Amino acid sequence: MATPAIDVREIVKRFGDFTAVKGISFSVAPGEIFGLLGPNGAGKSTLIRMLTTLIQPTAGTALINGFDIAKQSNDVRRVIGVIPQAMTSDLELSVEENLLIYAKLYGVPRAKRQTLIHDLLESVELLQWRDKQVKHLSGGMRRRVEIARGLVHEPRIFFLDEPTTGLDPVSRTAVWEMLQRIKATRDLTVLITTHYMDEADKLCDRIAIVDHGTLVALDSPLRLKASIPGRNVLEVSFSHVPEGWEATLRSLPQVEGVTGSDHVFRINSHNGPVTTLAILETAARAGVTIQSLAVQSTTLDDVFVHYTGRALRDALQGPSAADSPFMIRR
Amino acid sequence: MARTWAIIERELRRFRRSPILIVVSMIFPLVQLVVLGYAFGGTVKHLTIAVVDQDHGLQATRIRELAGAVAAGPQTYDLVNYADQGAALTDLRNGRVNGVLTIPPGFSRRVLTQNEPKVALIADNTDSFVSATLTGTMGSLLAAFNEPATPVRVPGKAALDVVEVYPYVPYIQYLLPGSITMSIFMMVMIGGGIIFIDDKARGLHEGYLVTPITKLELVAGFNISGTIKAVLAGVVIMVIGSLVAGIPNPLDPMRMARLFLVIVVTAFALISMMFLLMVRVTDPLMPRAMFGVLNTLLYFPSGAVYPQQGFPQWMQWIAAIDPFTYAVHAFKSLLLKNTGMEAIASDMLYLVAFSVVALTAATALFKRTL
Ligand SMILES: Nc1ncnc2c1ncn2[C@@H]1O[C@H](COP(=O)(O)OP(=O)(O)OP(=O)(O)O)[C@@H](O)[C@H]1O
Ligand SMILES: [Mg+2]
Repeated sequence: MATPAIDVREIVKRFGDFTAVKGISFSVAPGEIFGLLGPNGAGKSTLIRMLTTLIQPTAGTALINGFDIAKQSNDVRRVIGVIPQAMTSDLELSVEENLLIYAKLYGVPRAKRQTLIHDLLESVELLQWRDKQVKHLSGGMRRRVEIARGLVHEPRIFFLDEPTTGLDPVSRTAVWEMLQRIKATRDLTVLITTHYMDEADKLCDRIAIVDHGTLVALDSPLRLKASIPGRNVLEVSFSHVPEGWEATLRSLPQVEGVTGSDHVFRINSHNGPVTTLAILETAARAGVTIQSLAVQSTTLDDVFVHYTGRALRDALQGPSAADSPFMIRR
Repeated sequence: MARTWAIIERELRRFRRSPILIVVSMIFPLVQLVVLGYAFGGTVKHLTIAVVDQDHGLQATRIRELAGAVAAGPQTYDLVNYADQGAALTDLRNGRVNGVLTIPPGFSRRVLTQNEPKVALIADNTDSFVSATLTGTMGSLLAAFNEPATPVRVPGKAALDVVEVYPYVPYIQYLLPGSITMSIFMMVMIGGGIIFIDDKARGLHEGYLVTPITKLELVAGFNISGTIKAVLAGVVIMVIGSLVAGIPNPLDPMRMARLFLVIVVTAFALISMMFLLMVRVTDPLMPRAMFGVLNTLLYFPSGAVYPQQGFPQWMQWIAAIDPFTYAVHAFKSLLLKNTGMEAIASDMLYLVAFSVVALTAATALFKRTL
């Protein structure tokens, strides 16, 4: 395998006597979309901040495109684009000015700036708003400004911390579609955190679940879902219901519970495929026609809950620098 | 350096988009100049003095005539006659009169027999300005009483001849140097303090920190842009203030050039100081809370409103390190005396040294990471 785009090695971050990240290791291949999931306070932002050179790790390290985050910070900065969790676009400046300032900060040659900015604004569909001050734009549009801003120096690796939190479903889809489109035309590796499991499921090549500062699961969405004990829900509608039908259903293999009304039943199963097969056979033997059958498979939500549990993560911590009254935390 | 310019460009573009901020930060020093200038600049007039004449003799009448002349002339006070000392004192306590002048019984006789004649002035000393004015006027009144007609000067008696080197300086002009310094400080406070911390809190600096900008480039960007903004404020108030206060020949180009230099050096010194104070602050309430304290601590000891010679020792120490002191002194030299560079060289030297120290310390404290 080629040099990983991101290679995290036993990275640790302590704030005082509180350990936010407790020795995480993983690597991301070039071109991958890598999702980082975890409950609030799991340490996702802290991890991203270390990888993007914003804070120094307490122990361990990470290589970004082969550069050490602690020792070669400036080389790292040149190859990464970053969208922080907070909205950080400059509200007073126009869309284009926001990008221009960053192009200058990244030392993008003058000759390339205009075309680059034009192309980026086109791909995030903000060309017609280029002269508007960012404060007049909606949350979704601001996020797109930031995405374009983060790409203005053509980075190889793109870090996005909850880019879709707080956006409506349409804007959310738009952001992801744009990201995919941009990724298709560039050689880009993406590390993204989100609280939306459906997004992560559809878009990420691999997913890491972080909880309490440790990595609790890491695999492709499909395999993650397969890895947890099945909890499928079958919705079956029968042509007619013979005497004692519900009890029959309940006795089928792997069935956990049955609820039903009239001739439509919801069946909870530990193993969807096995139960489905049994229903088909039983129905055929009883001369009952199945009008419809739907199997809802395990979702990433189930995976998430399986690995992180249901407990709320409320705990008191000392005030952190990031928690100022003006911070737009989302 | 290109990155420094990017920061400066951003700051100035943003500055241009906030006209309200600009106007507000300039109005404050102007209002202060005009209001303080007229509030403190005038001479005290129309105080009320109760006269209690218990003597009724010829000499008492002379005293009352002399007092009446002041009341009619400079109008420092108006006279009200009281028959009863007790009633006069009650009114003094109630604030109806500002002082009570009592001419005791037997005053005229004592004058004639040269037996230590005395009149009493009971003044309301809760207002030291008023009582000082009354004591002063009464003092000269008695001097006139003692030396009737044109006094023959004894050749051996020394007299003080005051020679005024510069034309009369109204108080508003005396205040102008402080107001210019204040306008620079206001912009430093708002631009370099409040907005700086707000940007930091909103995560804007986090955006800068993930770019390959160096610590020095960032520090330079923040300080140069802050200086430019503060210089703009200083220049505007310098011009408007000179016209408002009636500085003679306000647009003299040579003096303007020197004033500009002082404004630049002062702006840089104050922004360095602010940067040092704010370099580790993250709470947006902090600069707002500090504003009043800083303002008082820098402005009043600087000699902008009252001469430093009147300060207690501890305040003179504050004044000695206060950059305002040197800025105000330099502006005073140029605006009120139209001096050349020699008179302000040591002020400039102090301010430059102050900037170097503050900025070095701030840069050392500045964190390139969050
Ligand atoms: N500068 C800091 N000082 C002290 N504690 C901190 C600091 N930054 C973060 N923490 C703590 O570290 C833990 C992890 O925070 P982090 O922001 O990384 O979580 P997260 O996974 O991004 O959560 P969210 O989903 O809410 O964004 C939290 O408990 C937080 O309070
Ligand atoms: Mg976070």
